[in-house]
Amino acid sequence: MNRKITIIRTGPQALIQDLGRPGNAHLGVPPSGAVDPDSLKLANRLVGNDEAAAGLELLLGGAELTTDASCTIAVTGPHTRLWIDDKLADSHQPLHLPKASTLKVGTPDTGLRTYLAFSGGIDVPAELGSRSTDLLSGIGPDPLRDNDVLPLGTPNVPIGADVVPPHRALQTLVIPIRLGPRDDWFDDAETQLQQGEWFVSDRSNRVGARLSGTKLNRRDGEIPSEGMITGAVQVPPDGQPVVFLNDHPTTGGYPVIGVVDRDHLRFLGQARPGTGVRFRPID
Amino acid sequence: MLLRRCGTDALLVEVDSLTEVAAVRAALEGLDGIEELVPAARTVLVKGALPQVREALATVDLTKAPENHPREVTIPVIYDGPDLDLVADTAGISPEEVVKLHTGATYEVAFCGFAPGFGYLTGLPASLQQPRLDSPRTKVPAGSVGIAGEFTAAYPRATPGGWRLIGRTEIVLFDQKAETPALLQPGDQVRFVVA
Repeated sequence: MNRKITIIRTGPQALIQDLGRPGNAHLGVPPSGAVDPDSLKLANRLVGNDEAAAGLELLLGGAELTTDASCTIAVTGPHTRLWIDDKLADSHQPLHLPKASTLKVGTPDTGLRTYLAFSGGIDVPAELGSRSTDLLSGIGPDPLRDNDVLPLGTPNVPIGADVVPPHRALQTLVIPIRLGPRDDWFDDAETQLQQGEWFVSDRSNRVGARLSGTKLNRRDGEIPSEGMITGAVQVPPDGQPVVFLNDHPTTGGYPVIGVVDRDHLRFLGQARPGTGVRFRPID
Repeated sequence: MLLRRCGTDALLVEVDSLTEVAAVRAALEGLDGIEELVPAARTVLVKGALPQVREALATVDLTKAPENHPREVTIPVIYDGPDLDLVADTAGISPEEVVKLHTGATYEVAFCGFAPGFGYLTGLPASLQQPRLDSPRTKVPAGSVGIAGEFTAAYPRATPGGWRLIGRTEIVLFDQKAETPALLQPGDQVRFVVA
């Protein structure tokens, strides 16, 4: 008999995410997966799961859920307050969730996305090797709704707890970017990137962090569609860059001025609208 | 052939034709450590194993299209598309001749994109190589078979689209719950038959 959790309230957005389904771009299938994979992996380690187990990705917290059997949980990402049966608890540590208790996840102090892992992981059927919800192509489970019931897998014995400080989102991000593959579409791409100033637009989502600010001057026209990778900074004709996140289309026809390293991408994925962004071109 | 840097662990290989794209893809397919290999119209994006990739590219013969097709796929089509007459008029032939031409050719999946399982097939007879519609449809039903430029394709799901639609298929092109979700993969050989 599987243990189950029941989502009482999802908050603004609750999605099942693991580390995604990379390796399928040639079929037109985006990688998907947690936008802040380091935080999901940490949450999984804290509850004794494999790092790649499926958990919840919450946008601005706000979820409430209950369980039909006791389990170990952990919340990671930005620092977030939690309540287990109205008793205050904290993120970034393993917590015991007793049978039939209620967990409320608060709104994170900073940042966008909190991760919630359960001992045993969320055990919904995988599609193309992953349980992640892909909002662009509709692969994987639907976004969660109030009263959804999710099965948990068999728990492991925890192998020890990490001590990791919560992620703290900054007012302004300085993001290293490697020029190319299409920096030759821009007059002096390096200087334009170095001198520009942007902020994260409220039209950002899991497909991309859309930036608003300095117009990047580029040639007119389009490229025959070509493969895109996560972290690619695409520049449409309006000159406002879009940094591709996990649910990005696998091909695109706008020039990519540069690529953000995976290690820095999660900071953009955690940036609230209005966060300042500058680029630091590197070799 | 031009190698364009794409972040720390990927390269965009730019070539001059779809034949060269197929040659690059075939040369890199199966190399250990490659995480993504994404052919497109004039490029192949490759992520991972860059030293081995550069080595393989140093000796690739771009003039040689790969001869081995991993799979051969037949797609049954009901040729009753809303643009069949338009396509016939543009080509100066009858709708029956359009069907004959479309089913008479052998196609190859050059690349996939736009939506999961959407394969761009090359090998379209010259008189069927026609422009997109002036105004795209907001919804093209799943299974629609269309042509655009040098390509023909079947829509795996209902999406907006501007291709000229000549028919429809009932075959499932993409099933995310299946063991092999995509009917078509780059390199596959495809034929259309009258359903």
